[in-house]
Amino acid sequence: MTYLKIDHVDKVFSRGNRETEVLKDIMLTVEKGEYVSIIGHSGCGKSTLLNIVAGLTTATQGCVLLEGREVNSPGPDRAVVFQNHSLLPWLSSYDNVKLGVDKVFGRTKSRAERHDWVMHNLDLVQMGHAKDKRPSEISGGMKQRIGIARALAMEPKVLLLDEPFGALDALTRAHLQDSVMALHAKLGNTVMMITHDVDEAVLLSDRIVMMTNGPSAHIGEVLEVPLPRPRKRLELASNTTYLKCRQRVLEFLYERHRYVEAA
Amino acid sequence: MTIAVQKNVEAAAVPLAPSATIVPLSPPRASYVQTRLIPMAKDWAAKLIPPLITIAVLLIVWQILCMKPGATLPSPSRIWADSKDLIIDPFFVAGPQDIGLGWRILTSLQRVAVGFGLASVVGVLLGALIGQSVWAMRGLDPVFQVLRTVPPLAWLPISLAAFRDSRPSAIFVIFITSIWPIIINTAVGIRNIPQDYRNVASVVQLNQLEFFWKIMIPSAAPYIFTGLRIGVGLSWLAIVAAEMLTGGVGIGFFIWDAWNSSRLSDIIIALVYIGLVGFVLDRVVAFVANIATRGAQAS
Repeated sequence: MTYLKIDHVDKVFSRGNRETEVLKDIMLTVEKGEYVSIIGHSGCGKSTLLNIVAGLTTATQGCVLLEGREVNSPGPDRAVVFQNHSLLPWLSSYDNVKLGVDKVFGRTKSRAERHDWVMHNLDLVQMGHAKDKRPSEISGGMKQRIGIARALAMEPKVLLLDEPFGALDALTRAHLQDSVMALHAKLGNTVMMITHDVDEAVLLSDRIVMMTNGPSAHIGEVLEVPLPRPRKRLELASNTTYLKCRQRVLEFLYERHRYVEAA
Repeated sequence: MTIAVQKNVEAAAVPLAPSATIVPLSPPRASYVQTRLIPMAKDWAAKLIPPLITIAVLLIVWQILCMKPGATLPSPSRIWADSKDLIIDPFFVAGPQDIGLGWRILTSLQRVAVGFGLASVVGVLLGALIGQSVWAMRGLDPVFQVLRTVPPLAWLPISLAAFRDSRPSAIFVIFITSIWPIIINTAVGIRNIPQDYRNVASVVQLNQLEFFWKIMIPSAAPYIFTGLRIGVGLSWLAIVAAEMLTGGVGIGFFIWDAWNSSRLSDIIIALVYIGLVGFVLDRVVAFVANIATRGAQAS
């Protein structure tokens, strides 16, 4: 049985009597523990797809199955790391993570256990020292770390990353990518990540799902990345498999499905 | 490292030079008075002197205008002579109806506290409702927009007829005057909650009550406090109108009473009291808002 299945999903946005088909017939299965990236030009509906999996948007046709059960509303089993971190600015880092933990483990864990669990997750992303800081007092990279801790702390079945490194500078981004790789190796989460960065996709993923341009975007190609883990950024720079994969994605994005300015 | 090596070389080369005695010149030590007190005093003076001058000029002009024999209003010196007891001692008690203005103000503030307190709670809840539900907004907003323009005094006969008692009527007038800006601002604040926070809430699966306390109130707090600040000002405006007709001990009734017995000086003193208390109320709400909304701004 497949772990996560996106089954013939269509999405049509209608405004008044104008209808725009954003996604057409998306079919995708993700195995447990797999790291899948979805890449495509902006406006191709990849964020919409993630929102459908998260349950924040409903599919017009088709459905999403997680462990054989249909999901159509948001829940902590599909925790999202949002692009702009979306931390609540009036809560400390600790309380931001605790918000989810209290909800998910309020019945099963004692107060002390929940505290330990929050701290454990903050330590996982190396942010234990900033537990009392508010989001406005920490850097963009640190905010995103807290966002990841908040999602991980809910013990999601699928971790959904919505361009998690998009708003960060290149150095911070590389650093955070390494952290996410380490976390994935350690915890074995199933991850679905939206990205528009080719290197990021190849470096992190087991499979890369390439989407065609919208409207009516669909999956154009799925590429396996047969690189052994753990992967090292520096060693990969000259690795032929890595370069081939990168080449394939680039060809897809810039030759066959070149970005067209919205007409 | 290289710098340290160079220094050593220089040090080795120099020691033959005759050493001169160094006379340390103590830098002029700035005293506490110079560094802190004088700037602070200057700061205060810059804030205090302009309003003091304004007040002095106003009093002088007023004195000149009202000094001639046929003047209809009392001059400042006349007021001082007439109502000295009211000015210097706000808390005297000389009889059941002859008490200091401080006591009257406190009575009025109690009414405001009850009326405004009710208005805050009901206003935030109603505001949350019309901010959250499009249908509630469509249904209620037009009604509110019309009702909020009704002046406080116009509510009084209706509330007197309904409650048949002056105390609840006065409180109702305060309540109904101050509630509108609270409702409207809360609704705007709630409509402006970023979609991100709503997404977070739905992923975490907060229920309605948790969403209200953990997301809505903190996120809309800056707007809510703007509403509360306007509301407290309006409620203080309404107290005078309400008490003028309902009677009792408050400052509003005092003005009405003074007018009936032609004590114009007392009225003017009462006006000054009302103005000062209104100013303080506004500052108190602003102060609470400052503390409560710390960190509520998104970054």
